[in-house]
Amino acid sequence: MTATWINTWMIVGMAVITIFIKTVIFVLGDRITLPALLKQALGFVPVTVLTAIIVPMILAPHDKGMEFTWRNPQLVAAVVAVIVSATTRHQLLTIFIGLAVFFGWQLGVLA
Amino acid sequence: MSHLTPRSSFIAGCRDTIPMLVGAAPFGVIFGSLVSANLLKAWQGQLMSLSVFAGSSQFIAIGLVAAQAGLLVILFATFIVNLRHMLYAAALLPYVAHLPARWRWLLSFLMTDETFAVMNSYYRLHPQSPTGHWYFLGSGLAMYGNWQFWTLIGLLFGAIFPQLQTLGLDFAMVVTFIAIIIPQLTRLPYFGAALAAGICAYPLRGLPYKIGLLLAVLIGIGVGLALARKKPDNKVLPGAV
Repeated sequence: MTATWINTWMIVGMAVITIFIKTVIFVLGDRITLPALLKQALGFVPVTVLTAIIVPMILAPHDKGMEFTWRNPQLVAAVVAVIVSATTRHQLLTIFIGLAVFFGWQLGVLA
Repeated sequence: MSHLTPRSSFIAGCRDTIPMLVGAAPFGVIFGSLVSANLLKAWQGQLMSLSVFAGSSQFIAIGLVAAQAGLLVILFATFIVNLRHMLYAAALLPYVAHLPARWRWLLSFLMTDETFAVMNSYYRLHPQSPTGHWYFLGSGLAMYGNWQFWTLIGLLFGAIFPQLQTLGLDFAMVVTFIAIIIPQLTRLPYFGAALAAGICAYPLRGLPYKIGLLLAVLIGIGVGLALARKKPDNKVLPGAV
């Protein structure tokens, strides 16, 4: 199969899974109850998934081993973004400053 | 508020969702731009927004496509990431259980983090409202239309400026995730869960099919549950992503 076909099936599969998850409780109603432990575990899903995705992208942006150095703009900008987010809790501000540092570091400091 | 008409309830639902629409707009643009940079066709990006309609899983799928993860891993990640919608549905079920099935199908498809937040506060104020489902429909459709529009803008934007990719647009996703994660780490179990997942994700990243990502998530959840058990303050608060 070509990549286009595989990706189309990926999207169809994602849609089926997501719609099932979203609708099953509303449609079946009280015939379904989630165990308390599962509910508690689900609460940790967003922060763990997102963190696990970005940490390798920050530490090894070129997929060639650890780049734990000030010459890694991903790392520098990510550290700044974490600080901005922790102090302001403002999403858009965090994104703007993080991107500004990322591009500024590449074009200004490292160029 | 119980004498509101369906129409005015619908409009109120749209109106009260406006802050969420503004907040979601940049994510739609970033998602659309990432699509063109990461092997998907533009129409596939729009199809994903139209049919999946769950932003964080769409971002994760794009990231996993870029990382050449296998199809099953992407589907499993979609399942895990979107499971929180069951929590939302369980919380809102008492207010919609009386509706005809077609309403329950429609409203549950339109449920997102944002509309859940809006509906949760609405039903707390108006638990008996006979037109609450119209308000729900207004909120959900406003989010849906908004997401389609900004996805399209991002797709066009990314096609016009393909050099965005070489500039490192993927970092927009990294910084977006940071902006989502950090405010949720105020309590120790969540902080510990994210820390453990992050620490494990790097050494495990080389495993095939991105299994390392799933292992890191499971370890993180385990750490979070263990920390929550130690403290009396272990209420479940799903993160809004």
